[in-house]
Parts: sequence; C-alpha cells; structure tokens
Amino acid sequence: MSEEALKSGSRLEKVLTSGQFAVTAELGPPKSADVEAIKQKAGYLNGVVDAVNITDNQTAIVRMSSIGAGVLAREAGLEPVVQVTCRDRNRLAIQSDLLGAYALGIRNVLCLTGDHQCFGNHPASRNVFDVDSIQLIQMLKDMRDDKVFASGEEIRNTKKAPIVEPRFFIGAAANPFGDPFAFRVIRLAKKVKAGVDFIQTQCIYDMDRFKQWMEAVRNRGLHDEVFILAGVTPLKSVRMAEYMRDNVAGLTVPEHLIERLAKAEVPRDEGEKIAVEQMQELREMPGISGIHIMAIEAEKSVAGLVEKAGLLPRPQVA
Amino acid sequence: MIVAERKPFDEVYDFARRHAKVLVLGCGTCVTVCMAGGEKEVGILANQIRLAARERHDTIEVAEHTIERQCDREFFDEAVSRKIHEADAVISMGCGVGVQYCVECFTEAIVYPALNTKFFGATIEQGEWAERCGGCGECRLDLFGGVCPVARCSKHLLNGPCGGSSDGKCEVDPENTDCAWQLIYDRMERLGRLEELEDVIPAKDWRSDRDGGPRKVTREDVKL
Repeated sequence: MSEEALKSGSRLEKVLTSGQFAVTAELGPPKSADVEAIKQKAGYLNGVVDAVNITDNQTAIVRMSSIGAGVLAREAGLEPVVQVTCRDRNRLAIQSDLLGAYALGIRNVLCLTGDHQCFGNHPASRNVFDVDSIQLIQMLKDMRDDKVFASGEEIRNTKKAPIVEPRFFIGAAANPFGDPFAFRVIRLAKKVKAGVDFIQTQCIYDMDRFKQWMEAVRNRGLHDEVFILAGVTPLKSVRMAEYMRDNVAGLTVPEHLIERLAKAEVPRDEGEKIAVEQMQELREMPGISGIHIMAIEAEKSVAGLVEKAGLLPRPQVA
Repeated sequence: MIVAERKPFDEVYDFARRHAKVLVLGCGTCVTVCMAGGEKEVGILANQIRLAARERHDTIEVAEHTIERQCDREFFDEAVSRKIHEADAVISMGCGVGVQYCVECFTEAIVYPALNTKFFGATIEQGEWAERCGGCGECRLDLFGGVCPVARCSKHLLNGPCGGSSDGKCEVDPENTDCAWQLIYDRMERLGRLEELEDVIPAKDWRSDRDGGPRKVTREDVKL
C-alpha cells in the first residue's frame, strides 16, 4: 500500500493494512512526573509490540497525561496509541490537545468514553462528557478527512494559510461483555459508521460470550470494515480474578479459570499460560486482526507472553 | 416537580441562632408534594428550632407561614409581607428558586435556605423521588423512546451504553440506579424501533443548557 493511501502512516496502520497480525500493549503513565518510570516500562516493550496504548487517567486516577507520556514513550522508541477519554475535556480541549499531540508526532488515538470519576481519586470532581466516544471518533475523522473542526471551521491559521490537519489512525474500544448484550454489536456498528479504523476490545475471559459477539460482528460484516484487536489481560492471582469478576461491571471471569489459578503452584505462571492459550485461540478466530495486551502494572511480562504465543519477531514496516 | 430535601437540622439551626426572631416560610407547590418544605414540614422545623433553643438556652422567637408559591410574586401578599418585616430573618423552605425570589421581592430581608434543591423529578413511590429531566433546553425524548439519556445516564451519553451497564444497572450506583440505555433499549425494542438506535446522534448543542449562561423565557404574546 502506498504512503498516500494510508490515513495516518502510523506503524500500527501499516501492520494492519498489510494484513499482518498486530500486537499492541498498554503502558500506564506514572502517578507523578517521573520520566524514568516511562523509560523503564518502554524498555520492556521495545521491539515486542507494534504499538503501545498510553492510558488517559485510567479508572479516573490522575496520572501523567497520555499525550505527555506518549511523547516520552515515542522518544524511547515505541509507537504510542494515545488514549483520549471524554470525561475530563470538552470539544475545545480535546481538539486543541490533539493538534498538539499530532505536532509532537503522535499518529494513533484511541477514543474512549472514560470511567466515571466516582471510581477514581477525585470523586468530588465534575465530569464533562461534552461529546461521547462515538462523537469523538466522528470529530477526529472530520478533522482528518474533511479538514474541519467540530464547529465546521477549516483547520488553518488564516483564510490564506494552508490547511494543516491532524491525520490520526482512529481507534475505539468495544466491550462485548457489557449489557444490553444485543446493543454491543449495534454500538460497534455505530463506531464504524462514525469512522473508526481499529477496535481494541475489553479483556476477554468469557470466551463463549466473545465468540457469540464475534459471530454477530461477522454476520454484519463489521470485521471487514474495521480491524479488531482482541483484548487480553493475564491474571496474576485468584484474588485478581475475583476482583475483576466482582468489581468490574460487565466483566465475567469463568469459574474454570479461577479453579486453574487456585490449583496452580505458581498462580502467576498459570495466569500467563492461560493468556497465551487465549492469544493462540483468538489468533485463529475469523475477523480478529490482532491482540491487545493489557498487563496492568506488569509491562515486564509482555515480552514473554508475545514470545510464547509465537508472535515474535514483530514485522518491520517501512 | 422540583425535588428538594431538608438540610440537616444543625445547619438550619445555625442560621436561626444568629437572630432573635425568625420566620420559617414554606412553599405550597413542588416542595409540599415532595414533603420537604410544605406547611407540615414548616411546623416540624419551627418546633425543632424552638425545642433546640430551649435546650441550648438561646432566645429565638419562631413564626411560621406557608404561601402557595415562592416563585410567583402574586403569592407574596400583605400577610406574608408583614410577617417578613416583623422577623429578623426568613428561613425559606422553598427550593433554590423560592429562596432567591423571596430575596428579590423583599430586598431588605435576610433569607436562608432550609432545603437542598436536588432535581426535576417524579414520585416513584411514597417517600422516593427520582430525577427525570435535566432541563437541557432542547428536548429529544422523541429519539429515545421517552427515556432521557441526558438526565438519566451518569455520563449523559447519546449513542448507547458505556461498558459499565450490567444487569440493567448503572455501575455508578448499581443498587439504586437503572442504566438509562438499558431502559431505552428495552423501550425501543418493544416499540419495534431498534433500527433507529443505529443512527449516530451528533454532539449536542449545549447552548440551550446552562452552558449558554443563565436562561430566560420571554413570551411577548402573553405579556401584559
């Protein structure tokens, strides 16, 4: 595919559009201005994945901004996917921040609704939700393809100045495990309609429900219109599995997985084994274009997982 | 109706004890219906203040009065006007509108709020009220089968549920709050209108909401 035909020219876009199975991971920015923490995590992921999501105040806990951390990750050799939630910023701030992000070399953006602030460390704060994640996708697509802001105004400094639009590879999330289940495919269809390029799913434990969702996705042909990366989070312990099951709305962790962890001598190893099995199964699933590994505060474990799943080396792109 | 809740007694008493004579002023409309600031609640609060004053050795004279509506000038008649002038301060049991309008009608009066004004809502059952409208100024209930995502979704999402919808409940408060999008989905399914939920609803124009500044409705045709 020629450079002109690409929307953003990002490495992730090139891997996916060239038909190669993509692998992305997640890097949580530090709860401080600590640059070394990012460099260290980046070191674990360098050369192991095609791109790395930089979370945006995940679970509504204040952290270094996803753009700032994304630029640092990029300097450390990674290709960032900057996550943007609708919780903290209105359409002015999001567009402005993304112009800045683009200027600093960011090429992938993941559009998210954002966790409610009641779950984080500033529960007394006000939320924004000026636009929702689907409207955010539309906004970024309009900026890239129609070269206009959300207001309809052209992206140029003056009437005579050239148009300099941000050209992002636009991502979004999909949660096949939330309710109402039947709406989950509709919601994906709406994201496709709004102009999303790739999807990263919520982490998958309930493989049966995921297969059911993917079947509905394929029946609508949505997998041909968007690249779907399946989410995997290795379980570290029985406690973690139970926590995810009981405290994350819409997430189910099947009993047989918890049993495997409970019986294992080293639960963490068993959790990684389960994750590798999931990755291998997902790789064979029709309509899946890649894996998104969300190893929460366990970036170090990603390389091993990717290797064991037979996904190394990562493809080189021009 | 506007739904309100009485403030904790100590907070209200702290207002009362600053004065020798207070008037507890009720409102006969919304806050009467939601049992927060009607005639009955005025009687209860006035007695509580009197009792507390006796216990704490404060000298506070408490008068009581309730008018039909504190948000309408015509109900501030001579009788209430006299009582307001006789008192050193008014403790209004109207909603936030009532408190302010009382101040606008009696610019010299000191008026304290006895209620916390909550929302526009409905009586779900005796003793339970829930929010139904956010007063956004541009009603689109037609699009959502008559269930408002602006007022009833914790993130006022217009294009469907977030990942936090589980078993019909909102993750923000699963015990007490339904997921608005589950309600919308169920309703549209019953109406045979699920297809409409596939449309991408564009970003809302919030100018008609509070973001456009304080709002006012003017009707030239009914002006005197």
